[in-house]
Amino acid sequence: MDKQRRKFLKVAGATALAGISAPAVVKLTSSPAIASSEHGAAADAHGAPADAHKAAAHGAEEAPKGVRLGLLVDMRKFYGKPELLDKAIAACHKVHNVPQIDNRKSEIKWVWKAPFENVFPEHSNSHSSKIRKENDFLIMCNHCDEPPCVRVCPTQATYRLPNGIVAMDFHRCIGCRFCMMGCPYGARSFNWENPRPYIKEYNPDFPSRMRGVVEKCNFCGERIALGKEPACLEAVKESGAIVFGDLNDPGSEIREVLDKENTIQRKPSLGTKPSVFYIV
Amino acid sequence: MIEKVFKGNSRYWMWLAFLSAFVGVGAICYIRQYLFGLGLTGMGRDLSWGLYISQFTFLVGVAAGGLMLVLPYYIHNYKVFGRLTILGEFLAISAIIMCLMFIMADIGQPLRGLNMMLHPTPNSMLFWDMVVLLGYLGLNVICAWVILTAERKQVKPPKWVYFFVYLSIPFAVSIHTVTAMLYCGLPGRHFWLSAITAPRFLASAFAAGPALIVIACLVMKRVANFDAGKEAISKLTTIIMYAALINAFFVLLEFFVGYYSNIPGHKHSLEYLFFGLEHHGVVYNNLVPFMWTSVMLCFGGLGLFAYMKIRKVGTDLMVGIGCGMIFFALWLDKGLGFVLGGLVVSPLHEIVEYYPTANEIGITVGIWATGFLLVTLMYKIAVDVEHEVEA
Repeated sequence: MDKQRRKFLKVAGATALAGISAPAVVKLTSSPAIASSEHGAAADAHGAPADAHKAAAHGAEEAPKGVRLGLLVDMRKFYGKPELLDKAIAACHKVHNVPQIDNRKSEIKWVWKAPFENVFPEHSNSHSSKIRKENDFLIMCNHCDEPPCVRVCPTQATYRLPNGIVAMDFHRCIGCRFCMMGCPYGARSFNWENPRPYIKEYNPDFPSRMRGVVEKCNFCGERIALGKEPACLEAVKESGAIVFGDLNDPGSEIREVLDKENTIQRKPSLGTKPSVFYIV
Repeated sequence: MIEKVFKGNSRYWMWLAFLSAFVGVGAICYIRQYLFGLGLTGMGRDLSWGLYISQFTFLVGVAAGGLMLVLPYYIHNYKVFGRLTILGEFLAISAIIMCLMFIMADIGQPLRGLNMMLHPTPNSMLFWDMVVLLGYLGLNVICAWVILTAERKQVKPPKWVYFFVYLSIPFAVSIHTVTAMLYCGLPGRHFWLSAITAPRFLASAFAAGPALIVIACLVMKRVANFDAGKEAISKLTTIIMYAALINAFFVLLEFFVGYYSNIPGHKHSLEYLFFGLEHHGVVYNNLVPFMWTSVMLCFGGLGLFAYMKIRKVGTDLMVGIGCGMIFFALWLDKGLGFVLGGLVVSPLHEIVEYYPTANEIGITVGIWATGFLLVTLMYKIAVDVEHEVEA
C-alpha cells in the first residue's frame, strides 16, 4: 500500500470515529440538562421557567415544585425500644411478601436496623454517646433525588416516579445487580434463589418476586395510591417515630418537623440527595 | 475455511478432547445454577459481584490487547507483525465471546437478556459496554475473515475492509475504557472511584493480551510449525514490558493517593489486598498471598525480560515463562484483586470476604475452556491457511 493511501485511511479512520462517537458525546454533554429538565418541566407548569436552571447551577436549592415524598425517622422515640423497630420492620416485610431467609448471604430486607457506625459511617464515631452505641437505627431505601441505581440500570427496570419514589419493575429486571453496586446505602437485595418458599404469610394484595431479580423498599407506593400510609409508619403510629409526607409542601407534617428539628441524612457528600431524614 | 478445523493430528484432537471435558463440566455446573439460581455461587447480599464479573473484566482486557498487533502493523506499517495480526483478531473474538458468556452466567434472569436492547438506556454504562463489545466483536469477525480469505486466495484484501480495520482500533480502546467506567463512576465505592482506573485497565490489557499471543506463538512453533519470527516476538516482549511497567506505576500511584491522603475509604481496599484489613479485632486477609504473588510474578517476569534483552540471550522457553508470569500476575491483579478488593467493604461498612463455590469455579473453568477451544479452532484455521499459501 502506498504512503498516500495510508495517509487517507488514517484521516478516514479518525473521521469515522468522530462520526460514530458524536451522538454519545452529545448525549453525555446534555445529561445535566436532562437531569434538571424535571425541575425545568415542573417549573414551566408553574410559569417560572427561567430561574430554575440558574438556581440549580449555583447549587442553591431549586424552588420546590410537584410532589417529592420523604420520610423522617425520629430516633429519639425508638431509643430503648428495639421492639418498636422490629414492629415496623415486621409490618413492612409482611405487607410486601418479603421472604424470611435467615442466612446473611442470601437474606432479603427492605427495612432493617443497624448500629449508628454502619448507618452513618461518614459521621464521627469517636466518643459517641451511650445512647448512640446501645441503639440500632432504622434503615431503608433513601429514594434519592439523584439515584445512582437508576443511573446505572441498563434496562430502566428501576426508575424514578414523578412523586420521588424510586420504583422497581420486577418483570423487566435482568438481575445484573449493577444497581446494588451503584447504591451507596446497601438498600437493595437480590433473590439468590426462589423466594416463595420463605414467605410465611402470603399477602395476595402485593406480588411476590421470582428468583434472579433485585428488590427494595418502595416507600409503600401501592399503599399511598390507595390513600394509606407506609406500613412501617402505620405499625408504630402511636409513637410518632416515623413521619411521612411531601417534602415540597411547606405545610406538610414532615416539613413542619424538618423546619423545627435538626436532622441528618445518610452519606450527604455523595450528592444523592436522600429523601429519608433522621433525628438522632 | 471452516473445514480446516476437522483435519488435524492426534495431538490436536487430544487437546480438543481435553478442553471439551472442562466445557462439559462447566455446562453441567451452569445447568445446576440455571435451575436453582445464583444462590449456588459465593456471592451474596453484601458482595454481589464475584468471579464472573472479574473474569469478564480481565477478558475484555485480553480482547483489547490485540490492538498492540493491529496498531503497529496497520498504522505504523510495521511489517514484522504481518503474520500475527490475524492471531490478535482471533484472540479478540474468543475473548469477547468468553466475556459475553460470563455476563450471561452472571445475570439472574438470562432469558431477559434482550431487555438490554429492547429498552436501550444511554445513561447506563452497561448499555454502552454492550454496544462497544458487540461492535468490536463484529469488526474483528469482518476483518479477520475477509483478510484471511484474501490471503488464502493470494490477493490483496478489498479496500473497504481497511475502513473496518481502522475503526477497530478506537473500538479496542473503547471496550476497556467503558468496562472501567462500569466501576469508576459509582459513588461510595472508593477503590474504584479513581480516574486512573481506565488507563490502568488499558495498560494491563496491553501487557496481558500480547503475553497470551506470544505464548500461543511459541506453542504453535512447536506443535504446528508456525514461526512468528524472532523479531516479532522480541518486539512484543518489549511492548509487554512497557505496558506492565505502566500498570505497576499506576498501582503505586493508587497507593500514594490512599496512604498520603490518609483517607480511610481510599486505603481500605489496598490494605485488604496487600496487608490485611483489621475490623473489630478481626484481620481479613484472604487475598494477601494472591496479591503478593502477583507482585512477585510481575517484577520477576520484567526482570527476566530485562536480563534477556540486556544480555541478548534467551530461549523460547525463557520468553514463554516470562510471558506466563506476567499474564498470571495481571490475572491476579485484575481478574481477582480489583473486583473483590473493591467490594470487601460493604456500603454499610461491614467486611465480607468472598469464597467462590465449587459450582461457580466449575462454570468459570468451563468458560475459560470454551475460550481456549475457540482460540484453538481459529488458530488452526489461520495456521493451515498460512501453510496452504506457503505450499
